[in-house]
Amino acid sequence: MPTSTNTAFTKQNRQSAAHVAVDYLQSVLGDRLLCKQQTVDSIPTLWFSRESIIQALTILRNESFAGARFEMLLDLTAIDERARINRQEQPESDFTVVYHLMSFSGNADLRLKVPLHDSDLRTPTTCDLWPNANWYEREVWDMFGIRFDGHPNLYRLVLPPTWKGHALRKEHPARATEMEPFALNDEQTDVEQEALKFKPEEWGMKRASDDSEFMFLNLGPNHPSVHGAFRIAVQLDGEILVDAVPDIGYHHRGAEKMGERQSWHTFIPYTDRIDYLGGVMNNLPYVMAVEKMAGIEVPERVKVIRVMLSEMFRICSHLLFYGTFAQDVGQLSPIFYMFVERERIFNIIESICGARMHPGWFRIGGVAQDLPKGWDTRIRELLEFMPPRLDEYDSMVMNNGILKRRTQGVGAYTTQEAFDWGVTGAGLRATGLEWDMRKQRPYSGYENFEFDVPIAANGDCYDRCAVRVEEMRQSLRIIKQCVDNMPSGDYKSSHPLTTPPRKENTMQDIETLINHFLNVSWGPVIPPNEVSMSIEATKGINSYYLISDGSTTSYRTRIRTPSFAHLQMIPAISRGFMVSDLIAIIASIDFVMADVDR
Amino acid sequence: MNWEVGSGLNIASVLIVVIVIAAMLIWVERRLLGFWQDRLGPNRVGPFGLLQVVADMIKIFTKEDWVPPFSDRFSFVLAPGIIMIVILMSFSVIPFAPGVGVINSNIAVLFVLAMASLGAYSVMLGGLSSNNKYALLGSLRAAAQMVSYEVFMGISLLGVVALAGSFNLREIVVAQENGWFIVPQFVGFVIFLIAGVAESHRLPFDIPEAEQEICAGYHTEYSGMKFGMFFVGEYLGLVLISSLITVLFFGGWHGPLLPPIVWFVIKAAIFIAFFILLRAAIPRPRYDQLMTYGWLFLLPLSLLNLLITGALILL
Repeated sequence: MPTSTNTAFTKQNRQSAAHVAVDYLQSVLGDRLLCKQQTVDSIPTLWFSRESIIQALTILRNESFAGARFEMLLDLTAIDERARINRQEQPESDFTVVYHLMSFSGNADLRLKVPLHDSDLRTPTTCDLWPNANWYEREVWDMFGIRFDGHPNLYRLVLPPTWKGHALRKEHPARATEMEPFALNDEQTDVEQEALKFKPEEWGMKRASDDSEFMFLNLGPNHPSVHGAFRIAVQLDGEILVDAVPDIGYHHRGAEKMGERQSWHTFIPYTDRIDYLGGVMNNLPYVMAVEKMAGIEVPERVKVIRVMLSEMFRICSHLLFYGTFAQDVGQLSPIFYMFVERERIFNIIESICGARMHPGWFRIGGVAQDLPKGWDTRIRELLEFMPPRLDEYDSMVMNNGILKRRTQGVGAYTTQEAFDWGVTGAGLRATGLEWDMRKQRPYSGYENFEFDVPIAANGDCYDRCAVRVEEMRQSLRIIKQCVDNMPSGDYKSSHPLTTPPRKENTMQDIETLINHFLNVSWGPVIPPNEVSMSIEATKGINSYYLISDGSTTSYRTRIRTPSFAHLQMIPAISRGFMVSDLIAIIASIDFVMADVDR
Repeated sequence: MNWEVGSGLNIASVLIVVIVIAAMLIWVERRLLGFWQDRLGPNRVGPFGLLQVVADMIKIFTKEDWVPPFSDRFSFVLAPGIIMIVILMSFSVIPFAPGVGVINSNIAVLFVLAMASLGAYSVMLGGLSSNNKYALLGSLRAAAQMVSYEVFMGISLLGVVALAGSFNLREIVVAQENGWFIVPQFVGFVIFLIAGVAESHRLPFDIPEAEQEICAGYHTEYSGMKFGMFFVGEYLGLVLISSLITVLFFGGWHGPLLPPIVWFVIKAAIFIAFFILLRAAIPRPRYDQLMTYGWLFLLPLSLLNLLITGALILL
């Protein structure tokens, strides 16, 4: 496995590509640039009218800025601005469409916004520029009711096709108790079932070719290999896959809507359940985003504890992937062996956090508790125990001839295709691009750790697995460095917005007492701002885009998850393969449905 | 009542013992898989979980016997019966020990192969009559796989037949008194083993019922006792293939000290355990890979084996 340790881009580099791009856009489209917004995450944010947004996006995608391109549409979402108070200096807008572009060559981000008015909620589609805009735009239509002109199939994506209203609009109820009690009589059941029926014509599919009739197979929502509730309608010619339409939303729980109801603090456990295999790693981008808005600097010890637990969850998640990957190509046993390590890691996590899969243990400004006494004993045991077993799994799974024949050359894509579809994480590194957020944009002190970024060359199912296997070894390296160099100090920042706040001085002075009382009863009030924070999660780039309107809850919580983008790519990489290959491809993607539907 | 090949008592004992063993194999397989996979397997019902089989049987017998309204009722009901009947019929020609067996047939080898061919109908009919897309895919795969692997199975046996000079399984065993056929017919043995796994469609060749791909394949729509018959049929097939390997390549009942029947059981049990281990160890090839492997590798190899065996006998 080729690995290398090249130095991280400096912050100057990052900003330069973005600034060159902003300057260029200003010179070309200067008169049409509505506003340059300042945000605390220092990602340049430009406002364009919908008439010129496509032009701006086309320039950003196709031109080179200081040798860098904006290759990926990392996220596309919207904001319902109608109830927002603190948006001075921003153009008037009822709904705002937000494009988050990412440059890998220049390691830079750019945010573009389009203001829309209630009376005319439409904007042109960007599907022609980035194929992955398709699902994002469908989601925005589904959640906000914004139409994208020229979109090939602007149907609801996450909510059921029969849903009334658009869930992320401020007037849409957020709780079941605000709605009519739910009932499903026979008649309605028929309507709902009919609505879910797959109609090939809607997706531009033919029912027969010149010489054969196609079979349409409904794979899911419940199927042994879709890892949750996920449906793919496949068009088959014999066993050959002609086309496929993934259908998501069966695991949708409205996490983003909940973010607008829960206080900044009480939303943390919800994040655990987004990528439910990632555990506390899900807390990380969220609490870091809030900390950035609040201006909290966390102590070194907190950073290292966070890194250590996140890496343990990365191993857990990869182990489960590894086992199910082998199982999906028919190898029954590895998963049982891998659960032994998984169990050990969960025991460690339990002894530190008190819970296993969803500890919800990170806090704004710190972690929930200090490490218990003797916390490192079991971790050191794990560090001894695991590496030889990983080697054994290599000979069992990765070196198995049948598995190689089933997965090599299957579902391959290039780095460029990965950019087009918004693929991040191991799926991107398997194509040969050495890009890891932990290296390129170190957060939570990752710059202090020594580790390699494993890559592969072919971008096929086998390589995606190989990259993750190697990542587990690197995670062990990081954990070892955490154990050996755990700094002493506080497990919580002394910043007043730290939640729950420190209690030591509450009986000494009234300011601290008031602050403690308010933060515990209401929760912290975060100053109005916008921030986006990305991390290298277990499955790719997980990013939280938070907007605070200066209250105890978030005004908008946007969760950009890696699995969402990866699932969208399935038809593109599985056409022409057989049903068995489709299963291998699905297994190699490593997704969890909660991470897709949120 | 007398005890000789073909006597009533003999037939009844063989039938009962074979079915009981097949049912017990459900427990054996689960315990062995558990052992190999670092877990326990069923250990709650009775001593060592031995009564798990009884519990399973009670469950399967009392389950609603549902025939899907969209299926073709007649063939849907017929299919699971076929597999039970043809495999039990095959057991009639197996020489378990001197004096133990149902028929002493001169065309035993051909009879077994014929029954195996009929067994394919069960899987095909089951899948087609279910009127379910997964079942259809399963039975398509089954048809291709079983029909192909029958060919290699047959050819791989011919070496043994040529060496023994007989199609009679009893005579084949007798011919191995001074040396098992595994030695001269090693290639034949390997091909027969692979074809045997494919014929009994167990992992790694469980392509017609690949759970991760097509749910349960041809028996997706089956439940209750009809599913039970497919299930036990699979284990009967496993016992049959192991018995055949014992008879054809490992000298059947021959062995020192212990009584012949014990030797037979030991040898067959080793192969059964081997097949279970195979299931625990190996992933599943793709259906077209299995076909290519069969026709482009196993077929020439088995023909070559037959050719060389023939040439050596003539010399």
